[in-house]
Amino acid sequence: MNKTITIAHGNGGEENNELIKNIFYKHFENEILSKSEDAAVIEEGRLAFTTDSFTVSPLFFPGGDIGKLAVCGTCNDLAMMGAKPKYLTCSVIIEEGFSSRELERIVRSMKKELETNGAMVVSGDTKVVPKGSVDKLFINTTGIGAIEQKGISASALKEGMSILVSRDVGAHGATIFAAREGIELESSLETDCASLYPEVKALMDAGINIVALRDATRGGVAAVLNEWARSSDVCIEIEEENVPVQEQVKGICEMLGFEAVNLANEGTFVLVIDKEDEAKALDVLLQAHETSAVIGRVSMEHQGRVLLNSSWGTKRFLDLPTGELLPRIC
Amino acid sequence: MAELELKNLYDDFRDGKTLKAYARIIAEDAEKLERPINIMEVCGGHTHSIMKFGLPQLMPENINFIHGPGCPVCIMPKERIDHAYVLSQQPDVILVTLGDMIKVPGSNGSLQDARAKGADVRFVYSPMECIKIAQENPDKTVIFFAIGFETTTPMTAVLLNQVIQQDIPNILFHINHVTVPEVMKELIDSRDVHVDSYNNKIDAFLGPSHVSVIAGSKIYEPFPREYGRPVVVSGFEPVDVMEGISMIVKQFVEKRCELEIQYKRVVTEEGNLNAQKLIDTYFDKVSLFRWRGLGNVPDSGLKLKEAFEKYDAEILYKDVLPIAEIEDHKLCICGDILRGMAKPPECTIFGTACKPTTPIGSCMVSSEGACAAYYKYGNLITS
Repeated sequence: MNKTITIAHGNGGEENNELIKNIFYKHFENEILSKSEDAAVIEEGRLAFTTDSFTVSPLFFPGGDIGKLAVCGTCNDLAMMGAKPKYLTCSVIIEEGFSSRELERIVRSMKKELETNGAMVVSGDTKVVPKGSVDKLFINTTGIGAIEQKGISASALKEGMSILVSRDVGAHGATIFAAREGIELESSLETDCASLYPEVKALMDAGINIVALRDATRGGVAAVLNEWARSSDVCIEIEEENVPVQEQVKGICEMLGFEAVNLANEGTFVLVIDKEDEAKALDVLLQAHETSAVIGRVSMEHQGRVLLNSSWGTKRFLDLPTGELLPRIC
Repeated sequence: MAELELKNLYDDFRDGKTLKAYARIIAEDAEKLERPINIMEVCGGHTHSIMKFGLPQLMPENINFIHGPGCPVCIMPKERIDHAYVLSQQPDVILVTLGDMIKVPGSNGSLQDARAKGADVRFVYSPMECIKIAQENPDKTVIFFAIGFETTTPMTAVLLNQVIQQDIPNILFHINHVTVPEVMKELIDSRDVHVDSYNNKIDAFLGPSHVSVIAGSKIYEPFPREYGRPVVVSGFEPVDVMEGISMIVKQFVEKRCELEIQYKRVVTEEGNLNAQKLIDTYFDKVSLFRWRGLGNVPDSGLKLKEAFEKYDAEILYKDVLPIAEIEDHKLCICGDILRGMAKPPECTIFGTACKPTTPIGSCMVSSEGACAAYYKYGNLITS
């Protein structure tokens, strides 16, 4: 591992995994943490517990803002363990000089998203630091949820199971790239940032046995699939043309040399279910997004790896993203 | 409307049925060949496409892809990266470059490491963004570390043109632009040090289309004529590459040796004359430019003309820039890979000591590098 921490260590990919494994897991090791799920399952499987910090730039972007993200992100981590989000804490670090009006706009956005989840902020903390110490505003949220379906796990995948995505992938990452200073693109693209508990609840209410569930945040769908393939020691085979990607996202990926499956999402999850539940689950997902799709299946061809099949009969591996996402040179 | 056009730009060029049809045509023609042929795609962009879309899996056994030196990051010698690193450490300097360049390891680390230690290093999507950075930081000097082949050179020339016209006082240039035909000649002309003979494996070239959009297809004329190597100037989409390969195979079947253009929708014989004029206004050839892994290649580099020396960071900062040439890691075979003499999996440190997260050779750094493409897309499937 490099001697200094670089931006690449926060990419949700290979370097990020190394950092977590070699420093945090090494010292904090315990049975709950080492399961490496979206949220820790505690109190004999009754509660899910998680935390996340939000440092997005810009703070406001098409379809969302840092406040919406801070609630969605933590509530979604709980929902991904089959839990209903209940109680959140909210801790903010503010750079001096920040506008109180913008702060209120962000907090109002948080409140709206809490209502969607039926959750509330029950404790918090505020720090103001000298100019230059943080980039405008960082938010940390921690959440507790009540588990409604037990046994959802990254290590439960078995041969023949189906892989689904809840909607088209890469919209958040592409929106943030387009909104960042320096890329002036005319685009009506919006982030997918949304609370996922309602969709998870609909799946549970329909009686679907959810095997694994994960929102594809940093590192995108590629990171989730790779983690599952490793945790369950199986191969995940994806039909590339079945992966739904909006045309605008494809356009940004083409221009900058990215792949949509590596881009971050904030309201898109990947789901593993038994083959026989496939049609029913897709029905439920399609009610929320018409782009939901079955994208692949679990096989044993290259255990621990993700295989991408093209429509012209070639295969390639889909690896964990590495490094900072940088545009190609030419 | 704009979105519709964007979609049209690539959709048909990735069509599965068309790709399969080309694979059949190539296979049928390849049966008529008297010997196997090795086709070098000069450009890293082609290497990336070929590996990403799994095209070697569609080739008959007697058609081989060999990978060329056309990646601006891969061919940058360590001492030039050290220049960038040293410049980023100078007081009140903002060092600006393109994409992957910030990941390449120099002797003291990469530009990414320099940034983590506090240097102001930025990457841009277009060199023109330097103007905004310079205007927002009037007390700082913005140094644009310019890299790339014929494709990116005009952008540097346009930036310098704007700097002069708008009289922007705080933008300097460190020029590392190189040219494609000269290195192609070098690959054919140079003796292989391992066996001391001219045993390059190149039978034909797939020429990069974006280079010819600027410089025209005419730059490849000497290759069929003087070197007996056909060249097909091809686009980067998989259907383009497959059509380009098919055109090359047909030349061998029909015993022709010509320069042809597959990418006729944009490339002309003459190229973009305005861009060429702008390059000629600001740049001179340097007699020798050292390429990583390939050594000195005559007439392959560019520098700012004497009249524009006051914008040249390499001259203004010459007292602090290191001059010694630095050899590659002794286990790294990037040089052989860039010459098309070896494929990445033949390297003993490929995928073990040398990975995209810990690159030892620069072919593993850039997404255009052959090693990174093999590692990312097909180290088990196609090797």
